[in-house]
Amino acid sequence: MATEVLMPALSPTMEEGTLAKWLVKEGDTVRAGDIMAEIETDKATMEFEAVDEGIVGKILIPEGTEGVRVNTPIAVLIEDGESVDDAAPTAPAQALAPADKAQNSEDQPSAGMSHPEPARAIAKAEAPWPEGTKTRQMTVREALRDAMAEEMRRDGDVFLMGEEVGEYQGAYKISQGLLDEFGERRVMDTPITEHGFAGIAVGAAFGGLRPIVEFMTFNFAMQAIDQIINSAAKTLYMSGGQMGAPMVFRGPNGAAARVGAQHSQDYAAWYAHIPGLKVAMPYSASDAKGLLKTAIRDPNPVIFLENEILYGKSFEVPEGDAYTVPFGKARVWREGSDLTIVSFGIGMTYALDAAEKLAKDGIEAEVIDLRTLRPIDYDTVIASVQKTNRCITVEEGFPVGAIGNHLSAVIMERAFDYLDAPVLNLTGKDVPMPYAANLEKLALVTTAEVIEAAKKVCYR
Amino acid sequence: MAARKTSAKADSLPNVSAEDLTAYYRDMLLIRRFEEKAGQLYGMGLIGGFCHLYIGQEAVVVGLEAAAEEGDKRITSYRDHGHMLACGMDPNGVMAELTGREGGYSKGKGGSMHMFSKEKHFYGGHGIVGAQVPLGAGLAFADKYKGTDRVTFTYFGDGAANQGQVYETFNMAALWQLPVIFVIENNQYAMGTAQRRSTSTPDLHTRGAAFGIPGEAVDGMDVLAVKAAGDKAVKHCRSGKGPYILEIKTYRYRGHSMSDPAKYRTREEVQKMREERDCIEHVREMLLQGGHATEEDLKSIDKEIKAVVNASADFARESPEPSLEELWTDIYAEETV
Repeated sequence: MATEVLMPALSPTMEEGTLAKWLVKEGDTVRAGDIMAEIETDKATMEFEAVDEGIVGKILIPEGTEGVRVNTPIAVLIEDGESVDDAAPTAPAQALAPADKAQNSEDQPSAGMSHPEPARAIAKAEAPWPEGTKTRQMTVREALRDAMAEEMRRDGDVFLMGEEVGEYQGAYKISQGLLDEFGERRVMDTPITEHGFAGIAVGAAFGGLRPIVEFMTFNFAMQAIDQIINSAAKTLYMSGGQMGAPMVFRGPNGAAARVGAQHSQDYAAWYAHIPGLKVAMPYSASDAKGLLKTAIRDPNPVIFLENEILYGKSFEVPEGDAYTVPFGKARVWREGSDLTIVSFGIGMTYALDAAEKLAKDGIEAEVIDLRTLRPIDYDTVIASVQKTNRCITVEEGFPVGAIGNHLSAVIMERAFDYLDAPVLNLTGKDVPMPYAANLEKLALVTTAEVIEAAKKVCYR
Repeated sequence: MAARKTSAKADSLPNVSAEDLTAYYRDMLLIRRFEEKAGQLYGMGLIGGFCHLYIGQEAVVVGLEAAAEEGDKRITSYRDHGHMLACGMDPNGVMAELTGREGGYSKGKGGSMHMFSKEKHFYGGHGIVGAQVPLGAGLAFADKYKGTDRVTFTYFGDGAANQGQVYETFNMAALWQLPVIFVIENNQYAMGTAQRRSTSTPDLHTRGAAFGIPGEAVDGMDVLAVKAAGDKAVKHCRSGKGPYILEIKTYRYRGHSMSDPAKYRTREEVQKMREERDCIEHVREMLLQGGHATEEDLKSIDKEIKAVVNASADFARESPEPSLEELWTDIYAEETV
C-alpha cells in the first residue's frame, strides 16, 4: 500500500522548515535508513531518513520550498507494481499532536496564589515539650550526635558517610564516638570527593538504605549540588512516585569566623527553592536533636543546615530518645504585641538579643523561629503579623532572593490589610565575605541593625 | 530478562544454544523496531523534547542482560529505551511514557530520559551526563551493605567517561570493593565529538588501571562476545572482587538525538557499519547458516515483533494525557519509600 512521507519535526520546537534538497528522485527504491532529503530549520540543516522501504512514487513538495509545515505530506512511497494513483488522496497537514494541552495549567491553583484568609494558628509562646519533661543542658554538638546515634540504633539501614566522620571523630566532632559504637560499616570515612560520594549516597538511598551524608561544610556541597538537586530531589517525581531518595545531607552552613569568602556562605535560600527537598535549619540544641531525628526518619531528601558557631552553645534538651520536632512547625520563642521578628538558624541569636534590648525601650517583639524552610509554617507567621501589624525578617544569607523576600511576598498576599509598615528584610550584605575582622563584622547582620529596623517599622 | 539456561548447544555456536541465540535475535529486533517506531512518532509530533535512539547498539544490552540474574540492577543515561526493553519492561509503558501519557512508566512525568521500574530493578533513565555512574555505585553499595550477592550494571557512554565524577566513583568503588560493572558503551561519538577529538588515549577500558580496576574491550556488534564478557564481569563482581570495566565498542546509526544534523561523520561511514557490522544481521546469518532457523521462522519473528511494536504505538496514542492533578503529586513521599 502506498504510504505518505511526512515533513518531520527535527527538533522539539520545530513547526516548519525548508525542504532544501531531495536526494532521491521519483522511481528510486529506498530502504529504511536511506537519506531521502535535506531539511533546513532555523538552527541547522539535517538529513532526513526513510523509515519504510518502498519506491518513491511521487515527490509532492519540490526542493527549495520554504515554510513547509511539520506533518505535511512531502512524498509518496509505493510498493513494486503499484502506481501513485493507488495512493490515498493527500491529507491536509495535520495539526501538531494534542501534547500542548497539558501544558496549560492556568486553571490550577498555585500554592502561592490563594486568597487572603484568616490565619488558623494563633501565635503563642509555649514550652516546646510537655510540662514535667525532664531536661538537661546540652550543646548543639552533643544533641546532633545523640540524634544520629539514637536513629542508628533504631534502624540498621541508617549509616553515616563523609569526610573525617570516622577515625578523626568528625571535623567538628559531631560524630564523636559513633565509629566506636557502630563500626566501619556504618560510619564510613570517604575520600575528599563530594560529587562522587554524594552520588553514591543517593544511589544507596535508591537501593533502600537511609544515608546521612555529612559535608564538612555546605560550601563543599556545591561540588555535589547536581546530585542533590537533579538526582535526590527530582527522582520521586520523574519516576511517577516509584522511587525516591530517603536521606539526609547535613553539615555546617553559613559564616564561621574569619574563614573568608569561599567558606562563609548561607545556602538556606538555595535549597529552600527546590521542590522535592525538605530543608531544616535549627537554632537550639533541642531543635537540632528533634529535627535531625525527624529528618532521618523522613522518606524524602532533607537538607539539614547546621552552624559552626552554634555547635558549642548549650540549651535545655529533653532527656531520652523519644523527643522529635515535626517539620513545618515554627516555634514562638517570645510573645510580643508590637512587632514580629521572623528568623531561623543563627539569625535567632540576633533576633532574641534584639528583642531583649527592645523590651528595655518599651517595644515588645514577638520572635518566631521558622525551624524548617521547606515546608515553612506560614500560618504562625501570618497569625503573628495579624496581631502585631509589623514584621521584620532576619537571616545571614545574601539579600537577593532571600527567605525574607519570600516571606514578605506571602505576608503581602495574605495579610496586606493588617500591615502598618512595610516588611523589612535583614540579611547579610551583598558582598563576598571579607577576611578582615572589621569588614567581616560589617558584612554580617548585627543585633544593632535588627534593633534599628524594629524601631523603624514601629515608627519610633 | 534474567539469564537463560543454555541447553542443547548448537553447532558452531560457542557457549550458546540455538534457542538462546534466537531469543537474542528477537530481543535485539524488538529494540530496533521499537526505536524506529519511536522515531516515526517523533516525526509526527507525538513524542516531544529530547529523544535518543539506540539503533545500532542493540547487542550491548541484550548481551549483558543475558549475563544478568534476577535481582541484579541496572542504571543508565538518557539513551535508555533499549535497556528498558532488554530487562523486560513493557513496551507499552515505555512508548506511552515517550508520548507523555498516563499509561507511561512515570505516568507521563518523566519522558524519554526518565523512566524507572522497581519491579525490573531498572533505576533510570538519567539526563545529566555521568551522574548515573556514582548512583550505580551507590546501588551496588546498598547490596554490599545488605550482604546480598547482586551486582549493578552501570552504563555510560564514551562522552561520560570524561566526567570527573566517574573517576571519583572508580576510586571509591575499588576502595570499597563494590559489586558494580561499569559498562562503557563506546559508540565513538560524544554527541557530535569524535572520540579522537575528546579523549587523550583511545582505550577507555584501561581507565580503571589507576584504581586497580580490571577492564577489557569488547566487540559490541557481536552479541555473543558481549555475553561472554558479561559472564566474566558478573563472575568477578559476584565473587566479591570489586568493580569491573567493560568497554563495549559499538556504533549508533542515528543521530545523537532527533535534532542532529550529523555533519561530524560521513554517510559512508554509517552505511559501512550498517552493511558490514550490523549486530542483528550477524545473528540472523548465524541462525540461517547454522540451520537453526529458516527464513520462514525469522519472518514469523519479524511479524510478531512488528505486532508488539504497533500495539505499543497504539497504546501510547490512546492512553490519555495525565490528569491535571498529577502536576502536584509525587513531589514528596508520605510514607517510607
